[in-house]
Amino acid sequence: MSDHESHDYDVVVVGAGGSGLRAAIAAHEAGARTAVVCKSLLGKAHTVMAEGGIAAAMGNVWSEDNWQVHFRDTMRGGKMLNNWRMAQLHAQEAPARVWELEEWGALFDRTPEGLISQRDFGGHRYARLAHVGDRTGLEMIRTLQNRVLALGIDVFMECTVTQLLKDGDRISGAFGYWRESGRFIVFRAPAVILATGGIGKSFQITSNSWEYTGDGHSLALWAGGSLINMEFVQFHPTGMVWPPSVKGILITESVRGEGGVLRNSEGQRFMFDYIPEFFKEETADNEAEADRWYADHINNRRPPELLPRDEVARAINSEIKAGRGSPHGGVFLDIATRRSAPDILRRLPSMYHQFKELADVDITKEPMEVGPTCHYVMGGVEVDADTQAAIVPGLFAVGEVSGGMHGSNRLGGNSLSDLLVFGRRSGEHAAEYARELPDRPRVSEDVVDEAAVDAVAPFSQTGGENPYSVHKDLQQTMQALVGIVRRGDELEQALEEIQRLKERARQVCVEGHRQYNPGWHLALDLRSMLTVSECIARAALERQESRGGHTRDDHPRTDPDWGKINLVVTAANGTVQLSRQPLPTMPAELRELFEENA
Amino acid sequence: MAAYDLSLRVWRGDGAGGDFVDFTVPVEEGEVVLDAIHRLQATQAGDLAVRWNCKAGKCGSCSAEVNGIPRLMCMTRLNTFAAGETLTITPLRTFPIIRDLVTDVSFNYEMARRVPAFAPRPRDADGNYRMAQVDVERGQEFHKCIECFLCQDTCHVIRDHEENKPAFAGPRMFIKYAELEMHPLDTSDRRALLQDQMGLGMCNITKCCTEVCPEHIKITDNAIIPLKERVVDRKYDPLVFLGTKISRRDRRAPVTAAGGDGPSPIKRPGGTPAGPVAPPPEPDHPLPEPDHPLPVPAPGPVQAVELPEPAATTPPAGPFTRWLRWGALPAVGLGMVTALVMRRRHRNG
Repeated sequence: MSDHESHDYDVVVVGAGGSGLRAAIAAHEAGARTAVVCKSLLGKAHTVMAEGGIAAAMGNVWSEDNWQVHFRDTMRGGKMLNNWRMAQLHAQEAPARVWELEEWGALFDRTPEGLISQRDFGGHRYARLAHVGDRTGLEMIRTLQNRVLALGIDVFMECTVTQLLKDGDRISGAFGYWRESGRFIVFRAPAVILATGGIGKSFQITSNSWEYTGDGHSLALWAGGSLINMEFVQFHPTGMVWPPSVKGILITESVRGEGGVLRNSEGQRFMFDYIPEFFKEETADNEAEADRWYADHINNRRPPELLPRDEVARAINSEIKAGRGSPHGGVFLDIATRRSAPDILRRLPSMYHQFKELADVDITKEPMEVGPTCHYVMGGVEVDADTQAAIVPGLFAVGEVSGGMHGSNRLGGNSLSDLLVFGRRSGEHAAEYARELPDRPRVSEDVVDEAAVDAVAPFSQTGGENPYSVHKDLQQTMQALVGIVRRGDELEQALEEIQRLKERARQVCVEGHRQYNPGWHLALDLRSMLTVSECIARAALERQESRGGHTRDDHPRTDPDWGKINLVVTAANGTVQLSRQPLPTMPAELRELFEENA
Repeated sequence: MAAYDLSLRVWRGDGAGGDFVDFTVPVEEGEVVLDAIHRLQATQAGDLAVRWNCKAGKCGSCSAEVNGIPRLMCMTRLNTFAAGETLTITPLRTFPIIRDLVTDVSFNYEMARRVPAFAPRPRDADGNYRMAQVDVERGQEFHKCIECFLCQDTCHVIRDHEENKPAFAGPRMFIKYAELEMHPLDTSDRRALLQDQMGLGMCNITKCCTEVCPEHIKITDNAIIPLKERVVDRKYDPLVFLGTKISRRDRRAPVTAAGGDGPSPIKRPGGTPAGPVAPPPEPDHPLPEPDHPLPVPAPGPVQAVELPEPAATTPPAGPFTRWLRWGALPAVGLGMVTALVMRRRHRNG
């Protein structure tokens, strides 16, 4: 029998970002014995990197706003591939979730009337993002963290889950290790909520932290769950490009929401050349109208800089390729000539700070150099819209690790609201599931022993592969072959390369012992990254059209037939399988929202 | 500045002891200390323990001491040091060492859970809370905190004074209290708690915390001194005392420390942390037992911070801390004068 400690809970939440903490609060309040398990210290999750705001149709700035408009924006931003029910629940419940944060101590910026202020963002018809300067994610995570501490919910920090445990078809718990001591830990729980975030660490240029290795995607897949929409990866249009060490670090969309514009090396506002047919009716085609829009949303159309992220990222990519890029291979994002220095300092303090300290650039005086960076995965665990339950009984997924809500492209600001709305729903439903089970599923000691042996395998390897080298090569492969613009032959090449990397990953050996050993941690995380990378490449090869976060050079059109299909990835006998599934049908009363004029 | 070879002295070891190890690592233009550490990991020391997350100064994970100064490694540019200078990287000194550059910061989480939860006043009739931007900005300054704990690390009340930890919340927590005290919707009174149990009086406003704050929060001026003023007003100012009796304006409810006396919900690796790993079930996949023994984690007293009972406010011993206690009053006086002068200056534009 392996040496491990065991804990009994009703609901175990894996991940302590916005969705995990909100889920834990909901499960606890529903009466479940709840634990949160996270790879980092509490409060360090990637949610802190969310800058712009939380999208919620509160109507504080534009009274014309309501959930129907938000729903419509979300669906159109996702090129209609979203799970309509999730998009509906999200739009309906987001305002209540924001007000609730306020009750727990969050201090949002205010309107002159003293209400929660709301700012403009790409793809949102009205100013809709509740914000705290440009560090809204930090405010959200701290507020939820304080709430979790106040409720006395158990927290297991720096603890990595490597395997889900099952009793027959049902979830019975989770197996993992303490990063600090290297010792194993078993959670016996009938319900597990995955809130592990995204996959960006498989790409070279990314805004994501080391934690974003697709653990939840991989855990769910190997436990019998299904992944949906994995071909859709969002490249945020504006990441830093210089100096090399900060390449990929996010520059918030709020810069454009606050009036910032994109220019090429010729000084031209090139976004006017990239307005797609789909958004023509609601996008300004000249600078004068675009500039008037900030003060008057009703009589003017929005600037093309605020098109959804996939459109802007592609446009920047094209400008750079056409030789009109900035000196370090980006384009210029200019807020200096658009807003006064005190305004910039007040509205975008952390952007000012970031550029000043990391790039010696004063954004109140000079433009920033920006380029696309891997930011978010729209694909994830296929879940029921109302409960966030995966197809495996007892397994739930929420936030970035879940799929469907954002379709083929996520609008900025819809992530934080997604975390809150579905975090609460998953917590409540996981608690209810655990409560109504007639018997508790059992954890098999044999499976635990196997998981333990599997976890320490890299120590006994003699193959001589360095986990850091394999990781670097995977990042280069994904960046070059499965990046922002894809081609069939390149995707095939990527799949071959991933197979080779999987072989190498099996030969990975680590030095030292089990106490806080990053080399060992990376060796284990590599398995998830390789699994997820394969899923993305497989789905990207299959979808022969361009839509949202998936652009095929060899299939540039958006194909209405593909618009009716979700790609679903499952695993059987250690291999990944792909299937097509029809999109859920939207009821007539919601369909009407898209038939009236924009 | 082109690429060059950087000399690094990195402390390596665990709770049982350790030493400096010298490395030379190639670095490039625009890089930060964390880049050099990452390159070390990838090429020379795969098991070098270090915390990091965002690498953009937003999460506060990669705190360490660079040439003895508490810094975020991700925000410390290499070009701020002279070419050829050897950088010495050590873990945060105030916290028990786990391994290499990673320390046990659970003291901070234990202190955080003692902070009484925010209790807002009821909503307005239409369901909204109304607050003025100028009022939320006061608290927003403190909400910028990324919990890097550099302020806790540098604070001489607990740096090298393990004995003060149970009775001292530290600068990070003081801004948390300040944020709640200054919250426009707040209904609680934490002044007695701050004075009696959280060690506010032990701070003698040397501003070391403010100096190391990567978010440039004015911890001393904007949080600690105003808190000291509030505490002193309540306790010693007869006019304030009379005022509260006559006008009954101050109706905030006094609160005590949260968290209770039960086991902490912040879980730590359990079992018997020392000793070799148990033999595996299958002989063909042996655990790395002989070559890779698990070292004994730090036997630091902060494994689980036991705070004193609410009533028992034992003063910390030692001449230094005695001085601190007696030094607190003049310090508060000095703080008040400073604050008054600043306020007048502010008013005069």
